[in-house]
Amino acid sequence: MNTVPVTTAPALAVEHLAKGFGAVTALRDVNLRLEKGEVLALVGDNGAGKSTLLKILCGFHRPDTGRILLDGEEVVLKSVDHARSLGIDAVYQDLALVNELTVYHNMFLNRERVGRTRLLHNRTMRRIAQEHLDEMGVNIPSVDVEVAKLSGGQRQAIAVARSVYSEARILLLDEPLAAMGAKEGALILDLVGDLKARGEVSIIIIAHNYAQVFEVCDRVNLLQHGEITFDKRTAETSVGELTDLVVEEYRRSRAT
Amino acid sequence: MSETTARDTIGGDLPGPGSPPQRQPGRLRLAFDAFVVRREATIFIVAVGLLLYFWANNEDFLSHNNLVNLSQQTAPYAIIATGVVLLLVCGEIDLSVGSVFVLAPFLMHYMVDFYGVYPIVAIIGSVLAGAAIGLANGLIVVVLRVPSFVATLGMLFLVLGIMLTTSHAYPAAIPEAAEGLAGWFGQADWSELIWCLIIVAFFHIVLTRSRWGLHTVATGGNPLGASEAGIRTGRIKIGNFMVTSSLGAFAGILEAFRVNSIDPSAAGADGAAPMLVAVSAAVIGGTALAGGSGTVVGALLGALVLAELRNGFNLIGISANPFNIILGLAIIISMVLNVHLTRLRRAGRR
Repeated sequence: MNTVPVTTAPALAVEHLAKGFGAVTALRDVNLRLEKGEVLALVGDNGAGKSTLLKILCGFHRPDTGRILLDGEEVVLKSVDHARSLGIDAVYQDLALVNELTVYHNMFLNRERVGRTRLLHNRTMRRIAQEHLDEMGVNIPSVDVEVAKLSGGQRQAIAVARSVYSEARILLLDEPLAAMGAKEGALILDLVGDLKARGEVSIIIIAHNYAQVFEVCDRVNLLQHGEITFDKRTAETSVGELTDLVVEEYRRSRAT
Repeated sequence: MSETTARDTIGGDLPGPGSPPQRQPGRLRLAFDAFVVRREATIFIVAVGLLLYFWANNEDFLSHNNLVNLSQQTAPYAIIATGVVLLLVCGEIDLSVGSVFVLAPFLMHYMVDFYGVYPIVAIIGSVLAGAAIGLANGLIVVVLRVPSFVATLGMLFLVLGIMLTTSHAYPAAIPEAAEGLAGWFGQADWSELIWCLIIVAFFHIVLTRSRWGLHTVATGGNPLGASEAGIRTGRIKIGNFMVTSSLGAFAGILEAFRVNSIDPSAAGADGAAPMLVAVSAAVIGGTALAGGSGTVVGALLGALVLAELRNGFNLIGISANPFNIILGLAIIISMVLNVHLTRLRRAGRR
């Protein structure tokens, strides 16, 4: 499973990744690959290690052991900034949006355009933000509104659009549908489908409710107790099979 | 194919609270919105209203001499409040700025009279010493993870104690060598006001038009999110602690020159008075203690309102005793307004 063919290096590969926090082992031995332009669902119950894996992949945590390969080359992610400079960007559950700031300031958060006087180039940022959101088909009242005024789906869309704008090649979406209504969720799934159609980014969607994300994903990986225990193309599996696996695992863990 | 369909559907007909607002609000509605949106507008009206009220009751309120008084009762607190706003916006508070305010002129005095430092260098040195105290505050809060309320409470007494010990709690005269600078640094009629306006304008631009300001808002508004976006929130906080203490030191020096004496009780017995006035000014000016929002211009107007009240009561012959009643009510009312106007704004004004 972890032999990487030299000819078609995946966009992202993870080999024997382990991470512990004190006495707690969050990740035991994770092997994972994400092909170029692929949408991969990383599912697993609460506490399976999804968040830890995400935080390692985006440069927030360092793994204890294991390798991360980007286009077949090993990288050591030193920080979030560093990971981002390599094209890996995460959209967190909390979205890292600042309610008090406008949409366009959020779009440019920590990547603001400044003029020669070191003052913010608001007009440029506003224009680019509007163009980019239009291009991605994200519809909001205005880029001038504070993010607090937007709906959950719109906020998520802004966060995704921000990552895409920052030229992310690998997008990590952390529970993009959590706490979201059906319509809102559809908005995000359409956005992901749209990105997939363009083929410029590879996406990992982290979700505990795999049924919701099943249709947009090319492949599903199941993370259980810090290991990937299941890896199939969505075409070859079903929501039912996944459910059986999770339930079975739950029964087993309760029996011991 | 799917691109175009997605474009048509995404966010198209969402019922969420942020769906496109009605496009044709009435003119009154617009005026009201503009009023609500500009945090400073409310407090500006109050400031003008008070001005007219006291002027109507006593013409001397707008006399040259009293305007100078007003400016001098506003400026030092507005300068301190400028720093306080930056700190509150990034989610921290500095209780120690008042004792830095009293320590700074003593440091200047020690440097000039005991070590023969050039007065202008001594002034800069005292402000830098203020920055160092701010750095200490910041490091204690950010690195040692002590809540800023507690960290700066400790610093308040520590700095106050250093000042009292080194000065033996005796007032000192402005160093003779520095007297030539007195006019520039607070003694001339409008000197404090001019410094205040420069500082307020500068930091207003910093807060609203610079990356530093944006990151300050982000740090206070969503600390985790800001750091996830790669903002070094610790650095932002430490920087703002340094700004606040430096401004406190500078305001202390201006006040010492203005009253022409270096007084160990300039900040009250507990060293807290200037800080309390500055925080009041910031809050009245529309800064939320929860972080994420605030304006420097609002704090200046808040300081002006407080000065008007203090000065006006005095002038129309009302005892100073009810002043605190008014001040207390003003703080509570402006906080209530803040909370609810913000909610109104957030609700998309429908």
